[in-house]
Amino acid sequence: MDAIILQILNGLDKGSAYALIALGLTLIFGTLGVVNFAHGALFMIGAFCAVTLSRILNLSYETIDPNKTDFLGNPAKVKTTYVEDWLGPEMGGAIIDWAVPLAILFSIPVMIAIGFIMERGLIKHFYKRPHADQILVTFGLAIVLQEIIKYFYGANPIPTGAPEVFRGSFDFGVMLGFDPNAIIYPYWRLVYFAFAAVIIGGVFAFLQFTTFGMVVRAGMADRETVQLLGINIDKRFTIMFGIAAAVAGLAGVMYAPINSPNYHMGMDFLVLSFVVVVVGGMGSLPGAVLAGFLLGVLESFASMNEIKSILPGIDQIIIYLVAIIILLTRPRGLMGRKGVMEE
Amino acid sequence: MLGLNKRDFSLLLIVAVLALCAPFILNPFPADSAMAQFNAGYPDLMQRFAIYGIFAIGFNILFGLTGYLSFGHAAFLGVGSYSAVWMFKLLSMNVIPAILLSVVVAGLFSLLIGFISLRRSGIYFSILTLAFAQMSFNLAYSVLTPITNGETGLQLTLDDPRILGVSRTEDGSIPVTNLFGIEMREFTTLNFGNWSFDISAGYYLCAVLMLLSFYIAIRIFRSPFGMMLRAIKSNNTRMTYTGLNARPYALAAFVISGMYAGLAGGLLASMDPLAGAERMQWTASGEVVLMTILGGAGTLIGPVLGAGFIKYFENIFSKINDGVLHSWFSFMPDGIENLMVTLVHPFVGKGWHLTLGLLFMLVVIFLPGGLVEGGQRIARLFRRKKPDDAKKSTQSTPAE
Amino acid sequence: MSKSNLTRRGLIKTSAIAGAGVALPTIFTASSAAAFTNEPTGGSVTLGFNVPQTGPYADEGADELRAYELAVEHLNGGGDGGMMNTFSSKALQGNGIMGKKVEYVTGDTQTKSDAARASAKSMIEKDSAIMITGGSSSGVAVAVQGLCQEAGVIFMAGLTHSNDTTGKDKKANGFRHFFNAYMSGAALAPVLQSLYGSDRKAYHLTADYTWGWTQEESIVASTESLGWETVNTVKTPLAATDFSSYIAPVLNSGADVLVLNHYGGNMVNSLTNAVQFGLRDKQVNGKNFEIVVPLYSRLMARGAGENVKGIHGSTNWHWSLQDDASKAFVKSFGEKYGFPPSQAAHTCYVQTLLYADAVTRAGSFNPCAVAEALEGFEFDGMGNGKTLYRAEDHQCFKDVLVVRGKENPTSEFDLLEVVEVTPAAQVTYEPDHPMFAGGELGACNPGA
Repeated sequence: MDAIILQILNGLDKGSAYALIALGLTLIFGTLGVVNFAHGALFMIGAFCAVTLSRILNLSYETIDPNKTDFLGNPAKVKTTYVEDWLGPEMGGAIIDWAVPLAILFSIPVMIAIGFIMERGLIKHFYKRPHADQILVTFGLAIVLQEIIKYFYGANPIPTGAPEVFRGSFDFGVMLGFDPNAIIYPYWRLVYFAFAAVIIGGVFAFLQFTTFGMVVRAGMADRETVQLLGINIDKRFTIMFGIAAAVAGLAGVMYAPINSPNYHMGMDFLVLSFVVVVVGGMGSLPGAVLAGFLLGVLESFASMNEIKSILPGIDQIIIYLVAIIILLTRPRGLMGRKGVMEE
Repeated sequence: MLGLNKRDFSLLLIVAVLALCAPFILNPFPADSAMAQFNAGYPDLMQRFAIYGIFAIGFNILFGLTGYLSFGHAAFLGVGSYSAVWMFKLLSMNVIPAILLSVVVAGLFSLLIGFISLRRSGIYFSILTLAFAQMSFNLAYSVLTPITNGETGLQLTLDDPRILGVSRTEDGSIPVTNLFGIEMREFTTLNFGNWSFDISAGYYLCAVLMLLSFYIAIRIFRSPFGMMLRAIKSNNTRMTYTGLNARPYALAAFVISGMYAGLAGGLLASMDPLAGAERMQWTASGEVVLMTILGGAGTLIGPVLGAGFIKYFENIFSKINDGVLHSWFSFMPDGIENLMVTLVHPFVGKGWHLTLGLLFMLVVIFLPGGLVEGGQRIARLFRRKKPDDAKKSTQSTPAE
Repeated sequence: MSKSNLTRRGLIKTSAIAGAGVALPTIFTASSAAAFTNEPTGGSVTLGFNVPQTGPYADEGADELRAYELAVEHLNGGGDGGMMNTFSSKALQGNGIMGKKVEYVTGDTQTKSDAARASAKSMIEKDSAIMITGGSSSGVAVAVQGLCQEAGVIFMAGLTHSNDTTGKDKKANGFRHFFNAYMSGAALAPVLQSLYGSDRKAYHLTADYTWGWTQEESIVASTESLGWETVNTVKTPLAATDFSSYIAPVLNSGADVLVLNHYGGNMVNSLTNAVQFGLRDKQVNGKNFEIVVPLYSRLMARGAGENVKGIHGSTNWHWSLQDDASKAFVKSFGEKYGFPPSQAAHTCYVQTLLYADAVTRAGSFNPCAVAEALEGFEFDGMGNGKTLYRAEDHQCFKDVLVVRGKENPTSEFDLLEVVEVTPAAQVTYEPDHPMFAGGELGACNPGA
């Protein structure tokens, strides 16, 4: 029982990352009709926003400490960060410690700007082009983006810690009446789950309850009619692209403490997020979120020993197996509309 | 001739001449010059050009004609390689049975996957093929290790129970793959002054099979069957209304292109008896998609060009290191030399991915029809006289 | 017609020249007069450095490449000579290899066996490389070793830790200086026993591919012989990035030690996740919960940041060693590049020097002569103490370092501290040990 609760928790946590990426992907596809293979790269850039901010906060000057030596035996240089120097070690240290949450503020303008540039500079010219061309050009862009990151940050993962207060884990088991240590879960992952829920809720509320969102939804359903009504739908779609980029970026920022960011983490998520989007049904936002959580939970269950001992290797293929079964039984995914991307 | 019209026959002839003279054409620079870095005429790369050409030609039969975008074709190539290596291990080092088996096995495997995947169309079809291929890759890497040798890849060993032939040669090494005694790895180097050219037995086998595949592809493109496939792409619904069931045709195209992939996989293993699981990864499937679209989907020669383009980058640009850069720019003053090296450095060697990504984008943005369109534009520049005519007859079908 | 160069006279002239060219070509075939593949004829000799330059191990590959460049510089007489001065064999003169200047070509393995072989083939066929070296994973090492055997050149393995490289996949033309999974187990187990006692229950998470399996097998065998119990061994997919669903059940399994048989990105993520789950702060069976990472790499440990503190593992070499050879190497590497070398850089540097030395001692570039010179070669002064290149399986036998993540690092390089230097005798095994059985070297192949 406790094992099952634990895996459901795990699944929800994994699922929230999948759902966030798939949500952004679906936003772009639903509004602009573009298959964006660079979406994983946006997620990766988000994570590197966190890395960059923590590097900026850790900018430091060097003083030579004659009492210490470096690896070659020369007098060692000791680094003091400017932040600590200006604000005092306590305040400065706290700011450095909170680099990842602060990166949320830092990343939103950065990601929206990247989204705007991408849409206006590149994607705009591909609305009328075949999907295959869109895939190719965004795939090329993804490679370029990740190579740029690799050039500046190297190929190794870069550790980016959560604030001190969120390290360690929370004992659910005790709360539910199990033995201590039966169900423990890291604080930061709980934060991630809550954060994802807020973002997903926010995006839905934005589309559902604002005039802007209403117009965008109308545009998704019938672009031409909306334009005939004299509404500049293109501008709004550009903004939606920026929002989608920001959602991917935020997912990345908050993911940085879970797994150290590296330059190819976007590609690792890309295929998976496409599977999620398609299982959810192309163009359906609730479908993407639902499929994200569903696949996350199933993946977690498949990695349980009890199941692996019956079906060896099942955790390697579960996502794909589920995708195949769903697509064969429900032709347009869980919540897809007819006629989308079927040609 | 050969059942082809004049245009197609001359195209085939050009490709044949290019393929047969490739060892000379691809080595345009003297062996000891600084530009020799760009020579591509060594056996392994030439073989890869031909093999991936076959793979892309086959993929184009499915994608270029029917518009079904498969994201799992690498699985068939991988299965082909595994069957070929097993044939070497169990039966004989002759490449013929290995290649035959790899084509048959890949055909059967693609029949199975195609039968299921073709129940859906559009991106749903793409994801189904992707899912099957990723499952094959993941299993081949882990659970199926007894058959695939997992991470290391399936290799020949000294104690293979080879029925026809010996487990090891007299001098105690593993026998090499051959075609009735002609060793695939054998090559002759011809030196003309400073130029040197490698004439490789393995390459010519690949080239001949590539030409054969190319010829079959032309025949398919021009046949009533090919017309039927195009009909699936242009208007599937109308085709259904006329009382034709499109599925068997699409499935036939899928299996044919799967067999092409199997042939490519079998050839890869014949040139170098190793079958690695990475051949089945989604990136490998993506690569053939890129090759086809980059060259020009739906055109006859495009996929071959695209395959050559990508393999050239992978093998030539990745080998340019700082030392080589310095030798190129050594004629310049020191300061400028270092500046040039710094400027070029991010794009070569370990940065070859960056160059490839940038070129993808440039080609897709400016040449929607792929490299073939680029060629046509250049050709049109030289033949200003009848631009309309050229446009009409050679226009490529855009990919969908 | 007058404009064309193709007059009758011209044609005859051209064909005559072409004919002369064909008549007197230098023809090398697989069975020609050359004594062995890529016999160096001019004043230089080309080595092929095949390292991962793209993909997750690119940084490790870059460090290997730095070491190779340094080795070439030293071989050609440049720099301060590094470990050439401390090497027990004094055959190398700093005049290249046997008077031939050392040149090199580089390639990208992409950490894929296929791409690595393509890259190595191009070095052999196009650039006439006489020796191939490098790599950062066992799959690649085994694949390229097989290729070099077929092509008839020497392969000096880079970083490869699987038992199979010199076990069931060993080849006469292939040589490994790096240690292996069995040695990790044999070196670690006694240290673990003295630290954590002999009444422990271990839980293994293992990367689901060949290297992971051989390491799990080795560690399980050596810890069980000391009285540990293995509660469970779980395979994790190579592509996994989030290990939470594998780590979550560990605490409840009754195990009190977690062994992570992961490398590279897998190791960074699984260790980070394990620490996130607070495993290290827990008490199980009345003991502190412990984590062990059998194969440590400093470059990779950096990716895990603070999570490595206090975690034990083994490594081939570490820059903080204080013997003369290590100091000399760290000095010349550090002065050239500004930071200390990694264990991958060390093994690659040593392999290059060992090859050059073997050629010089053999007096020939012929792979068979080189192999003979390397087989059973005993040397010292390369940073690992007394070392033997065993003839039976081409594996180096030397001391193995047991290291621990440092609690108070003084710099970003100072992540590990050496806990114990396990003597070579303790990690030596018989060539026919069951974990290494099933393969044979075969005959050395000079190609040609």
